[in-house]
Amino acid sequence: MPVTATTPSAGDVLLLVGTVKGAFIFSADGKRKKWTMSGPHFPGESVYALTYDERGGRRRTLAATRSFHWGSTIRLSDDYGASWTGPERQTVRFPEDSGLSLVQVWQIMAGPMSDPDRLWAGVEPAALFESRDGGESWVPVEGLLKHEHRPRWQPGGGGLCLHTIVPMSDDHQRMLIAISTAGNYRTEDGGRTWRPRNDGVRAVFLPNKYPEFGQCVHKVVNHPAKPERLFLQNHWGLYRSDDAGDSWTDIANGVPSDFGFAMQMHPHDTDTVYIVPMQSDEFRCTPEAKMRVYRTRDAGASWEPLTSGLPQQDAFETVVRDALTADTHDKAGIYFGTRSGKVYASNDDGDSWSAIADALPSITCVKAFVVGRSGAQG
Amino acid sequence: MAVSVVLPRALLTYSRGSSTLELQTGCGTVADALAELGRRWPAVLDRIVTEQGEVREHVNVFVGEESIRFAAGLATPVKDGDTIMIVAAVSGG
Repeated sequence: MPVTATTPSAGDVLLLVGTVKGAFIFSADGKRKKWTMSGPHFPGESVYALTYDERGGRRRTLAATRSFHWGSTIRLSDDYGASWTGPERQTVRFPEDSGLSLVQVWQIMAGPMSDPDRLWAGVEPAALFESRDGGESWVPVEGLLKHEHRPRWQPGGGGLCLHTIVPMSDDHQRMLIAISTAGNYRTEDGGRTWRPRNDGVRAVFLPNKYPEFGQCVHKVVNHPAKPERLFLQNHWGLYRSDDAGDSWTDIANGVPSDFGFAMQMHPHDTDTVYIVPMQSDEFRCTPEAKMRVYRTRDAGASWEPLTSGLPQQDAFETVVRDALTADTHDKAGIYFGTRSGKVYASNDDGDSWSAIADALPSITCVKAFVVGRSGAQG
Repeated sequence: MAVSVVLPRALLTYSRGSSTLELQTGCGTVADALAELGRRWPAVLDRIVTEQGEVREHVNVFVGEESIRFAAGLATPVKDGDTIMIVAAVSGG
């Protein structure tokens, strides 16, 4: 199938889907009932991180691509994928004296609104990179690169990756990052110093179940209107922090399993969060072979299954950490992709669902954006 | 005389379309040849080695018909007239 450019208008939804064999770009108008798709972009390369950045008057899509043979890089498009920059030199590079080599990029995050050229990237081996030119060049954040704990961080099943970046202040001086398996670290000074923030988060795979660091955190989310309150999907465990990560309490109330990867904040309601539980670490599929998204509307006091339009028998699906997302329309669109290549979409806060793709390559990430709405998205 | 470096199709984007690059400078080892390659075609070298200068895991480098993995690695000697071939390993998912 030819790659055909998507040309969305203001108010349209842009749905970026990364897979192990390339990226696909979906778009729809605000009703989100009819979707068009372009792709595959970067056929044959895995794409674990995608984002879209409208700050500074741009219309820029960023894609983290990994060739099995030739390495990883971040590519840019200012025309919704009609063309991509293929940087001559690899733009995300560890310094020679670090002894580290880039495996892949796991997360790309727009920086503060007040600094539209700034972006963050989380990579494997675990490190945070910063761009100050809209994503064209990147440098490592030294405070984390040289962190005293680094020699004791251990890789999880997906490698030693920094997969989550959570801004906690408008200027991004305060941020939380999550590393598998090192846990959460928070900075108060824009990345110069980092402190572990894992009190109460369990590490089932260690003799000491509550270490200072070493947890296998899978995803952390918050809402810009209440940034100090964090929700966390752990490798076994579902948690909330009301104090910016200083302490965590269990909120696995009524879910079929507290194992899972994906987690998404509602764009407008600070009490509403979505997850997709998996049965266990040994069997990382939907419990009882039912495809269910769970939603809390009371900050984790209770969770309800969302099933309308989703298969409820013989559904052995896996949804990975970045494959659940939301758009920012008033009635939020919620989206997820599966390891079996299906993309499900809801245009009513998750109450009902329909498949908009059913045979893509294995899906690694799904990110949604409303075009022309340049606030924090994705 | 020179050392020739034969590239796979995937790297032609970075070599301005040339599938064979001629290194005129005398190169004693594969490391010397790759260093010279990197001076003239840095984007090609980025795809062959990591930022630590190690050949990427799924890339094979041959001198003549010999893989350097089974010779002396980057210290494998090369001489004028040799051909270094860069090949994507038979691997993938």
